[in-house]
Amino acid sequence: MFEIFGIPSQALFGQLLIGLINGSFYALLSLGLAVIFGMLNIINFAHGAQYMMGAFAAFFLLNFVGLNYWIALLVAPIMVGAFGVVIERLLLQRLYKLDHLYGLLLTFGLALIIEGLFRNYFGSSGLPYRVPAALQGGQNLGFMFLPNYRAWVIVASLTVCIVTWFVIERTKLGSYLRAATENPSLVRAFGINVPRMITLTYGFGVALAALAGVMAAPIYSVSPQMGSHLIIVVFAVVVIGGMGSILGAIVTGFGLGVIEGLTKVFFPEASNTVIFIIMAIVLLIRPAGLFGRRA
Amino acid sequence: MKRLLSTVAFAAVFAAGAAHAQVSDGVVKIGVMNDMSGTYADLAGPGSVVAAQMAVEDFGAAAKGLKVEIVGADHQNKPDVGSNVVRQWIDVDKVDVIVDVPTSSVALAVNEIVRQKNKVFLISGAAASNLTGDKCAPTTVHWTYDTWALANGTGNAIVKTGGKNWFFLTADYAFGHALERDTAAVVEKNGGKVLGKVRHPFPATDFSSFLLQAQSSKAQIIGLANAGADTTNAIKQAAEFGIVKGGQNLAALLIFLTDIKALGLETAQGLVFTEAWYWDMNDANREFAKKFAARNKGLYPSMVQAGVYSAVTHYLKAVAELKSDSDGAAVVTKMKSMPTDDKLFGKGTIRQDGRKIHPMYLFEVKKPSESKGPWDLYKVRATIPAEEAFRPLKDGACPLVKG
Repeated sequence: MFEIFGIPSQALFGQLLIGLINGSFYALLSLGLAVIFGMLNIINFAHGAQYMMGAFAAFFLLNFVGLNYWIALLVAPIMVGAFGVVIERLLLQRLYKLDHLYGLLLTFGLALIIEGLFRNYFGSSGLPYRVPAALQGGQNLGFMFLPNYRAWVIVASLTVCIVTWFVIERTKLGSYLRAATENPSLVRAFGINVPRMITLTYGFGVALAALAGVMAAPIYSVSPQMGSHLIIVVFAVVVIGGMGSILGAIVTGFGLGVIEGLTKVFFPEASNTVIFIIMAIVLLIRPAGLFGRRA
Repeated sequence: MKRLLSTVAFAAVFAAGAAHAQVSDGVVKIGVMNDMSGTYADLAGPGSVVAAQMAVEDFGAAAKGLKVEIVGADHQNKPDVGSNVVRQWIDVDKVDVIVDVPTSSVALAVNEIVRQKNKVFLISGAAASNLTGDKCAPTTVHWTYDTWALANGTGNAIVKTGGKNWFFLTADYAFGHALERDTAAVVEKNGGKVLGKVRHPFPATDFSSFLLQAQSSKAQIIGLANAGADTTNAIKQAAEFGIVKGGQNLAALLIFLTDIKALGLETAQGLVFTEAWYWDMNDANREFAKKFAARNKGLYPSMVQAGVYSAVTHYLKAVAELKSDSDGAAVVTKMKSMPTDDKLFGKGTIRQDGRKIHPMYLFEVKKPSESKGPWDLYKVRATIPAEEAFRPLKDGACPLVKG
């Protein structure tokens, strides 16, 4: 066994893998944010709250309706996505012509209200949610013990990310969406219902957050503040990747997960600041982000 | 990035009967400050305000001619926020006593302000044993527990049953450092060894990386020197990574009733830990717990909240006796001179250094099959008698202790 910087290589491989797993949550969440910003020009600060709602939805489905994890994986995002659609119709729709700041303030306020309501009803210590039976246990990879559930998280999140990227960048539907962002009135002239498309896009972005929430439920506490802990980091990821860039969000999400994982080995005290240091450096060198197009 | 500081006033106002009490501005004002919205909100939070209200009611302040008012505030676990609240409370709102204050970093900051302003500081939620050690103040009483008592209870029990090699997972702030330091001392004194440690940011969500480091240290015991959601997350994820199955054991050095509830018995069963109070130990506690739960969204009281009740009761006794609340140091001196006695903590004393003395208990989490109700979670493994439960007076390096 050889060593790298005084750390046994085995431990290092383990940490890289752990970093990728955490990165898959970042990627999934920043993907939703990037889709929403790219298509709607809304900075969705309620994303963390929507992620938390996804986890809670999974908890309710299991404990009150008796639907297991796999069904929750499908149903919870639909429920929370529908909630997103309602918000878009009732509130966000009125803000598209205004400055970004209004959307930011509205969604930030919504996040506070949603979190406050959940905290009031469910307390702050969190609710238990078990790993589904089929994914319990783990594999001994030689250099580390990999829980089956975490392996599933990587695979599922990568699949969702790639499919989303493909739909937006490579299909006809995606081209309508991108065109509608560039010039909504022209696209409308071709007979496409732009407002509905925008509404559904927001719903989809929110559903992605909820999906991440369901996936997080078995490993992190299902608690009202679970989203607010994560959302700041995810915003940093989106800024580093380039606001609105789908590919940027995915690649940066996984990449920063790995960098953060390595920091936890070499200098654990700095592990929650390293992402912001990188953000500062990236903004100095490339203000539009690593994958961003210059405005 | 949280909500603006919200100071919610819970007015438990009792009409003053006689006007003979010489209390500053006529009102004894109790300020309960803690984490009202974050990771420690269930174990302290609004429940501590309820506990203080119940203490005032049970004391019968009105009949004794005392007008008492309670205010609550959120310090968001940030020392700067907490310091600002306390300064405003004392200077503007005429608060006479600050109660609870979990999160040791905040408590250490508040400790200095209260000392300066000569008010009273009754600590229930914070843990760092420095508060009655090198940082002790003539205006401070540390009520419920501290890191030394936790280390002494849990550390001793584990080392004596063969857990000699330790690795610490420590929350990177004053409390975590104090708990790690006090536990390491107990481990080493009993012939054990500390193989390593890793300090994680507070609060943290993902512990897998830290757990992997703990795993590769090959230590028998992984000591969790953290609290609240940090502890429950670490325990959940340790189970996921097969740490306990691999032969290593976890020591939750500080864990509360609400944390065990959040983990569920399935995951938490068998954990051994130290606390000062549990609701199901005698009739008085059970009766209190039921009344408390009815006023606190069904949540049963943690030891922190019970400690708030007990501390406020004793404080009111001292103020009623002195007929004054204006000189904080004098009130605390009075509190130290009177033996404590209330329905939750029974009889006890307060030492010269501000340490409240009572027995501590070593608990074990029940198996799911042993539990008869949603809050039936602990069984008592051992009682640590009052005289052994806390750090000996001479070892604390408190400047108030002469000789």
